[in-house]
Amino acid sequence: MIRAVGLTFRYSKHPPIFQDFDWQVEQGQTWAIIGASGCGKSTLLYLLAGLRRPDGGQLLINNQPLTGPRPQTGLILQDYGLLPWATLRQNVTLGLDLRRFYGPDGRHAPAEALPEDLSARVTHWLERLGIAGVAAQYPGQVSGGQRQRAAIARTLVLEPDLLLMDEPFASLDAPTREDLQSLVLQLHQERPLTTVLVTHTIEEAMTIGEKILVLVNRTNTTPLILDNPYAGQIPPPQDAGYARLTARMRDALRQT
Amino acid sequence: MIKRLQLVWASLGLLAVWQILALIVQRDILPAPLAVLAAFFSEAGGELGGHFLASLWRVVASLLLSIALAAPAGLVLGQSRRLNAFFSPLVYILYPIPKVVLVSIVILFLGINDLSKIVMIFLILFFQILVLVRDQAAAIRPELIYSVRSLGAGRRGLFKYVYLPASLPAILTAVRQSIGTAVAVLYIVELIATTRGLGYYIYLHGTTLYDYPKMYAGVLAMSLLGLGLYFTADWLHRRLCPWQFQSAEESG
Repeated sequence: MIRAVGLTFRYSKHPPIFQDFDWQVEQGQTWAIIGASGCGKSTLLYLLAGLRRPDGGQLLINNQPLTGPRPQTGLILQDYGLLPWATLRQNVTLGLDLRRFYGPDGRHAPAEALPEDLSARVTHWLERLGIAGVAAQYPGQVSGGQRQRAAIARTLVLEPDLLLMDEPFASLDAPTREDLQSLVLQLHQERPLTTVLVTHTIEEAMTIGEKILVLVNRTNTTPLILDNPYAGQIPPPQDAGYARLTARMRDALRQT
Repeated sequence: MIKRLQLVWASLGLLAVWQILALIVQRDILPAPLAVLAAFFSEAGGELGGHFLASLWRVVASLLLSIALAAPAGLVLGQSRRLNAFFSPLVYILYPIPKVVLVSIVILFLGINDLSKIVMIFLILFFQILVLVRDQAAAIRPELIYSVRSLGAGRRGLFKYVYLPASLPAILTAVRQSIGTAVAVLYIVELIATTRGLGYYIYLHGTTLYDYPKMYAGVLAMSLLGLGLYFTADWLHRRLCPWQFQSAEESG
């Protein structure tokens, strides 16, 4: 699904964040990317979203080199990115409006034409995410959890094949965060969408990621990847293997 | 939010104060409100109405002209850090200049006509709208742009779905804030070399014809012009930007 080949990226006047970095994500996997702030985990996600260009090497998605944002990739950010002047329903419809605005050009929207009536699809996702009751409200009127649910609905209504999330639950309180984490897991079970989630907490990485990519605070060359058999368990199990794995991750993060 | 009923009470209060002052002063340069209202209504369908329309046209034309030029310029400056760095010192110097001092110069260049008057008011509104729209466009968080781009928006999509709706409140706020100054400058430019407009009407009846009720009727008409434009901008703001008022109601 995703292939990074010799990926190199640097912000000007800084040492490179990625240098000859190779990494691969298979279809349907859920990945968590963890690292201290400034290690480049969000940068990697923005590279995958096509919002930044690599300085060297290549990023391939479905064997196609990435040249810009891809209509089939969904992106969810920590601060929701909702339009403050649009109701939640209008926000959820935004991606579809944009597709209609551009037409099926294959660049801003997939090359297939959209079906005529999409309001049922919008309603379905509003209901699935539990925000149908507040769909007529503006983002400023609803809670952070509801905003993030709207952002997720807005992405899923476009039926993406790749879901990228940048610390999506970092500004939510603990119960809301757990609700949304289990929602993401449920949605993944219903439809195995390739998912990459960036986080700075070990617990969230362990909950979401079947695979965990640990990034370091210097130039990343070879990826450190952990297999996590405990993904999908809320609350985390109290067993020795879990403790060992988190200890390993903590060590790796401390070295950075 | 100020309720309609409160506005009615405030107006009645002002009229009462006026009436009391008129009774105390007892001079023909301060006629009682009833005399002025009588003059206002008898003149409204005739001479005064014509002058009102002339003034209204000048303000509305400059409003539209300044929105048409300043809003796109503000959007471009707000979006482009490089252009803004280049132009912001210029705007910084020009913005606080009291534009009304340019009135003679503008008339010398553009002549005694509606154009010079419209341009004078335009100069005031232009910078207000430019600065507010620019700051509004610059304040749009990059995360919002990223996520809308990830939904497929290119330049045109961002303009239609992000920059345009984001700058609308700034335009309406700028209009509301500068309407008072605009009408004040309108009065000044209508004192000079014209025989149409409320400024001329007030001046004529006050200093030449000594018809004080009519002069006050002109003052009333000019106040109503300013108030009407202010209310219209406020109404449009509530109508076109409902989200700003809904969330305020909730949190307040």
